[in-house]
Amino acid sequence: MSEYRTRAAIEAVARDSYGRLIAYLAARSGDVAGAEDALGDAFAAALKRWPGDGVPQKPEAWLLHVAHNRMIDTARHDQVRQKSKKFLQQIAEEAETVAGADEHFPDERLKLLFVCAHPAIDPAARTPLMLQTVLGIDAARIASAFLMSPAAMSQRLVRAKTKIRDAGIPFRVPEPSEWEERMSFVLDAIYAAYTTGWESLIETGSTHRALAAEAIALGRMLVQSMPGESEAHGLLGLMLHCEARRGARYTSDGEFVPLDQQDTALWSQSLIDEAEMHLRSAAAFKQMGRYQLEAAIQSVHASRAKTGRIDWKEIALLYEGLVRIAPAIGPLVGRAVAIAQAGEPAAGFAALEQIPSDPTADYQPYWAARGHLLRILNRNDEAVEAFNRAASLTDDPALREYLFKRATASI
Amino acid sequence: MFPGGNKHKNDNQKLNYIMKYALLVHQSQEHFDRRDDAAAVAAGRAYGEALQAAGVFVGGAGLDSPKNATTVSVRDGKRQVHDGPYAETKEFLAGFGIIDVPNLDAALEWAARHPAAGFASIEVRPLLGSRFIVGSAKSS
Repeated sequence: MSEYRTRAAIEAVARDSYGRLIAYLAARSGDVAGAEDALGDAFAAALKRWPGDGVPQKPEAWLLHVAHNRMIDTARHDQVRQKSKKFLQQIAEEAETVAGADEHFPDERLKLLFVCAHPAIDPAARTPLMLQTVLGIDAARIASAFLMSPAAMSQRLVRAKTKIRDAGIPFRVPEPSEWEERMSFVLDAIYAAYTTGWESLIETGSTHRALAAEAIALGRMLVQSMPGESEAHGLLGLMLHCEARRGARYTSDGEFVPLDQQDTALWSQSLIDEAEMHLRSAAAFKQMGRYQLEAAIQSVHASRAKTGRIDWKEIALLYEGLVRIAPAIGPLVGRAVAIAQAGEPAAGFAALEQIPSDPTADYQPYWAARGHLLRILNRNDEAVEAFNRAASLTDDPALREYLFKRATASI
Repeated sequence: MFPGGNKHKNDNQKLNYIMKYALLVHQSQEHFDRRDDAAAVAAGRAYGEALQAAGVFVGGAGLDSPKNATTVSVRDGKRQVHDGPYAETKEFLAGFGIIDVPNLDAALEWAARHPAAGFASIEVRPLLGSRFIVGSAKSS
């Protein structure tokens, strides 16, 4: 078997199963860092063995088996003082169990998510920790998303993993009474993974698409085990609405298409229906939240497929509610655009001007929105300037081209 | 492919741990002065009995005032003794308990039940090297 095909097989397993493998190993040992090291060794062993032996029929089971043996070796080493024969016997039986269970192994990712969101973990480490362990995003990318140096971020992650092991944080799905303090971190991590997979779509395709798919799968799992959490439904609805438009976001030539000009025939109606179902489930709890509001805004956009128009007044109202709960820069920009689109461009621009200038300096959607509103207000010179600035702030080449086009073409 | 056998067992097994945690009670002078009130004494006794009844109690004690503390160190072979606690702080260690429970969540539950938790702060710290496997059980 060629090295190239082996590599492709290993990458496929890493992409599809990394989080599940780590979660399974960590849930059994209580040690996330140990699970990562052991799985890393298992991947290294696969690189050495598979080109000669062939890719095993159940690559995940092979990797788990090797990783588990690694963990046993380490545990033997660490627990010499304990000299417990019983322990060694049990852990050996564990290994056989894993080897035998090659049909499927239990999915422990939710438990791992909730361990990362435990109140005993530094709040600033919770979301990055989930992104790294459950979703397999590398520390450097997480650091840049959180505007931190990679060294500081990895230090924070290492500290959190040590605490999980040494303080004895249990791997379990928490009781409903404990959800509140942990839920928002879990939701934020899943959404961060989804948007990471979404925004970088154009560059390398498959890996990022897998990340978005993984985020949706986790959203579905969350809703399944916690059907009473309205925000979990809200988040899933939001992601499904965005996912439904994947095929309409770029033309076949790779040109960017803004949301209000997308061909609705290219939207996935089944995903929209599923999203709407979750929005209705969420609404039944009469507990408004950030993700429900964001999903509701996307739902208004989705109804253009049926009505042919966008109810911008409704969208402006929803943004008003969203800004009250989460006055972040994204919702503030969205609200300004909605006010302008609803027929009050001057008021919309005023709302845009009120946003503090510090976070807007390098926030591309702000400059695109500014260009759009200035053009509506016939302030063309300033509009061109804003569109050019927006274009220079995006890393999506298709979007960059679209923004330059808007700067020059007076559309 | 696997050197091991292919026995199909319940793969839901996982190892069960037991850990020891110290519950360190930090409180202010004001609350410390009221520790001998009848109600406080009764609540403390009831808590101790509950720990015993649950089979998690390892040991513990209330501490006398930091005013009665003497701090010792040896530097360059020379013993240094000074009057008072290691550090003068507004809140200070007033007592400790050691419990034997499976994990941090169980320890946090016991800490929250401590009669002083309503006004003092209970610091929960694992005892070094106290993590032992006590047998495997089916995971929930």
